[in-house]
Amino acid sequence: MKKESSFRGKPVILEGVRTPFRHSHKAFANLNSFDLGSYVLQGLLTKVGLDSSAIEHVIMGTVLHEPRTPNVARECLLGAGYSSSIPAHTVSLACISSNVATTEMANMISLGQIKMGVVGGVDTCSDPPIRVAKSMRKKLVRMSKFRGLKDASKYLGLLLGLRPKDFALDVPQVTEFSNGKSMGQGAEILAQQTKVSRDEADAYAVRSHQLAVKAMREGIFEDYILPVYTPPQFEAILHDDGPREDTNIKTLAKLKPAFDKDFGVCTAGNSSFLTDGASALLLSDLDTAKKKKLEPKAIISDFVYRAGDPLTEMLSGPALTIPHLLERNNLSLDDIDVWEIHEAFASQVLSNLVYLNSDIFAKDRLGLSRALGEIPIEKINIWGGSLSLGHPFGATGCRLLYTASMRLQKQKARYAVVSGCAAGGHGSAILLENPNL
Amino acid sequence: MEKSELLLADKKLGDLRYKEVNGVAVAIFDMDGSKVNTLHSRLIPQFEKILDLIEENTDIKALVLLSGKKDSFIAGADISELEEAKSVLDVENLSKRAHELFLRIEKISKPIVAAIHGPCLGGGLEFALACDYRVASSSAKTVLGLPEVMLGLIPGAGGTQRLPSQIGLDKALPMILTGATVNAEKAKKIGLVDYVCYETALQDKAIEAAERLVDKTLQKTKKRKSQSKLMKIVEDTSFLRNLVFSQAKKGVLAKTKGLYPAPEAILKVVKEGYDRGFLAGSERESTEFAKLSQSFEAKSLMHLYFSQTECKKNPYKTDYGSPKNIAVLGAGLMGAGIALVSSTKGLHVDLKDVSHESLGKGQKYIFDELSKKVSRRSLSTFELKKIMSHVRPTLDYEKISQADCVIEAVFENISLKHSVIKEAEEHMRDDAIFASNTSALPIKDLMVASKRPENFCGMHYFSPVHKMPLLEIIKTDKTSERTLSLAYNIGLKQGKTVIVVGDGPGFYTTRILAPFMDEAAIACLEGIAFNEIDSIMQKFGYPVGPITLIDEVGIDVAYHVSHDLGEAIGERITSQDSSMLEELMKEGILGRKSKKGFYNYKNKNVLSKFFSKGKEINPHTAVIVEKYRRDKSSKDDPKTLQKRLTYRMLNEAMYCLQEGILASPKDGDIGAVFGLGFPPMLGGPFRYVDTYGADKILAEISEFRDEYGVRFEPAQILVDMAQVNKKFYVS
Repeated sequence: MKKESSFRGKPVILEGVRTPFRHSHKAFANLNSFDLGSYVLQGLLTKVGLDSSAIEHVIMGTVLHEPRTPNVARECLLGAGYSSSIPAHTVSLACISSNVATTEMANMISLGQIKMGVVGGVDTCSDPPIRVAKSMRKKLVRMSKFRGLKDASKYLGLLLGLRPKDFALDVPQVTEFSNGKSMGQGAEILAQQTKVSRDEADAYAVRSHQLAVKAMREGIFEDYILPVYTPPQFEAILHDDGPREDTNIKTLAKLKPAFDKDFGVCTAGNSSFLTDGASALLLSDLDTAKKKKLEPKAIISDFVYRAGDPLTEMLSGPALTIPHLLERNNLSLDDIDVWEIHEAFASQVLSNLVYLNSDIFAKDRLGLSRALGEIPIEKINIWGGSLSLGHPFGATGCRLLYTASMRLQKQKARYAVVSGCAAGGHGSAILLENPNL
Repeated sequence: MEKSELLLADKKLGDLRYKEVNGVAVAIFDMDGSKVNTLHSRLIPQFEKILDLIEENTDIKALVLLSGKKDSFIAGADISELEEAKSVLDVENLSKRAHELFLRIEKISKPIVAAIHGPCLGGGLEFALACDYRVASSSAKTVLGLPEVMLGLIPGAGGTQRLPSQIGLDKALPMILTGATVNAEKAKKIGLVDYVCYETALQDKAIEAAERLVDKTLQKTKKRKSQSKLMKIVEDTSFLRNLVFSQAKKGVLAKTKGLYPAPEAILKVVKEGYDRGFLAGSERESTEFAKLSQSFEAKSLMHLYFSQTECKKNPYKTDYGSPKNIAVLGAGLMGAGIALVSSTKGLHVDLKDVSHESLGKGQKYIFDELSKKVSRRSLSTFELKKIMSHVRPTLDYEKISQADCVIEAVFENISLKHSVIKEAEEHMRDDAIFASNTSALPIKDLMVASKRPENFCGMHYFSPVHKMPLLEIIKTDKTSERTLSLAYNIGLKQGKTVIVVGDGPGFYTTRILAPFMDEAAIACLEGIAFNEIDSIMQKFGYPVGPITLIDEVGIDVAYHVSHDLGEAIGERITSQDSSMLEELMKEGILGRKSKKGFYNYKNKNVLSKFFSKGKEINPHTAVIVEKYRRDKSSKDDPKTLQKRLTYRMLNEAMYCLQEGILASPKDGDIGAVFGLGFPPMLGGPFRYVDTYGADKILAEISEFRDEYGVRFEPAQILVDMAQVNKKFYVS
């Protein structure tokens, strides 16, 4: 069983909200990260009925940084009408950015530095920061130093010196900077190591969609998702647009592999899609929650971060972290009833499950005597996952954490594990405990 | 702490304190017995004394003028001195003495620096313009301008001459003609101030500027520095400049319809300065200023100014606190408008409606109105977002539990309002107040649904809420003082001019509007064209004609109001049978909201906008009106028509005072002018009776009664006033 915590304050998740997750370039095409982030920060306090004076710090995770809002958390806070005396900072660790935001604040709460704070994550792929080519950037910087008519000859020189390549665009890519490989290529490499097949991946993707559609039908997300009214028409956006009822093995089988054209496993149908969205959580210590008469949904008990090789283990995060998390908390596979694992690619989830059940991986890679074992599939992502609901990079971590918290309450379960992989070969695993049992 | 040290070191000379810092004289203007500095004639000798002092004392190199008031430089000339003046000549002398003083300030060889923080308006700006250098604080409280025109006056201490020469004719004319103010940043940009700093550095920077002007390491800002080359040529070439003046005059006349003499006088005086020099211009300024100061237009506008200032103060005990959170029920035009003016001023608004669609529409309305400000650059996109974040849309009544005040703005239907009141009270805090926004439903009839009638009142907003300055609060005999005080504070926070009136059919504003519209409808039936009626009334000073007003209010609303008030009060409110309005309603002709009313409101494209002149009469409506037309066609000339309509409104206002719906004539004037557009230069119905004479008005109303019947039955209070020759306002 888990050893007694020596923490001064037990960090708990009190409440969560998120925007609907929508395909990029669609419903939220007119909004930027700052807009989406403000909605969740404002909506969170409105939902709880708290004034921002109770909040001591805000941390948000994001991946695609809009250059005009390098510290997007601060702008979201101000835009949401929070008191300007609350500090806010932004963290970035690819797809587990808001996991980092949450665990960082959990630390602050544990150490007694703050009592209550807000974490969140936001991303939009609708308006990526596209830059002009580097050669052109250099010319523009030089030009900004020219002054008035006396520099007319310099302007002319610069103009005559322009070449076609100067007009190329520098579009941000979802690739590893160190090896130039895309996430999809990483997933293919991983699938080849774990021998996950195309059919298995398609079947897992279908499952994700079916579970998400079912959860939506049952109104599981009703209290969780905030309506977003999008300017200029202020149409109410109420639901995710990812989950598809019509997704089935047959239709998925027809799709061409997206990255490895000949023998690839990953297709557009079994990979997560570009998504816009934001999410947020209200955190506090257990005592403060009681004093404010707010019901804690989950205790953030412990967490583990690890990293592996950015090429061969680009997406192995869960396999690298979950065993360590359970071991040091003296927990076994059977103790965990709620699993929320980020679904970047269907094959990536399956590959990680293979690794978690592999004694060789446990010994060679983790230095553990044996594998964790086979996680029962019926305990994983039972309300859909990133494949179906969507994956606005920075926002996914808080979605997983709040979904796990809701499941703890609904299933009256004791423990939940939330895990994800991230570019650079990173992994995160967070242990949640039900405070109401 | 610093300030109190200064106080000790100061020599006191009347309203001025004086000290010396390293050879720089610092005069601190701190008027006795007043919160703000105003320019009064008693100050002239005091300032002269200071000038003598710095001229005589060779140790003193320069002078800095500061204000000793918190967050206020000089708010303007002392208007009460103008009111008390016995004659035009007195005022002219006053203006001339100010001219002499400012000319001396300008001509003195030692540099004089004005240090401006807070309002620097009218005479205050004229004073600052006479100085050599102006340092202003970057505070939002610092505003500069010449607002005299809003009181029916022109600047009287050199402003018409010095402002154009400082910032150029193209920038100065709009400022003087509209009374618009600028903040410090804008003032710096147009060359009105020389340097802007944070308010804590104001005194130091002003002294430093004075020292550097003395040793010539600092130059005065060039005049007209931000003017374009083209405008410079236009301004310096007499025939081109005259063209500017004649165009400006056309613009002014189109706006004032010749009813307000001040803007024309401004053009005359400014032009005189360009044609015949500064001194001639100043002289002309004095005579025009003096003449206007004693005009009935200026007196009416000053009366309104003072009355409005009074309405901007909460008359109740205010220790009940100031609400921070309000809830608005209903996100329609009114509800969204109320949310808009509230969130703009930092109130948190829970906006409740029954569907996401209506919540979206309400937010769109707020967004669109704020976006107009963004495109005018008076608001940043970030500020827009922040304001919008104060509005929290919701479908649940549970969300209103935090609100200090709940304002209901649902459709004008009594049973709907009852159910909304009941449901809201289930979720409201016990100490929260509830206000119904209604234009005519009696508050006592709505109150019956309330568990807490002491917390219940009416708040009648006018559409569009963000443009109409008035809020009419309606109290019943059960409404507590706490409720009224809180409602008043909300109104003030929203930037409204507030009046509190008694409960009764149509309260005050709707009740006096109804007979006005009734008479307009009668004029229609007498065969006068719609646009003719509108134009005749606009010529009398109404900003919007009565027929257009019916379209704006909505023909259905006008019908219900006239029907209900007619039933409650009688023929004096609604004399014609309303079958014409009824038929229009049946035809779906409801006014602007249905895009057709007495006029057509089709969305015009650019081309048709360019070619069409004014509004287009709806031929369908004309046919229906023709059907109901009476045999007699109007024989009344425009003047008589203007009086018929105005007197119906005015007479009903008298009844409201007589019956205690109104607490004072002041509230009546403010309500009529700011809520309904009663001609401002007449100062409101009560002021108009005072100016024109109760006996004369009574005689004319009585004549109308004899000719048209009981709808012109004069109020007893008017009869009494006429008999004893009394006035509503005792000066």
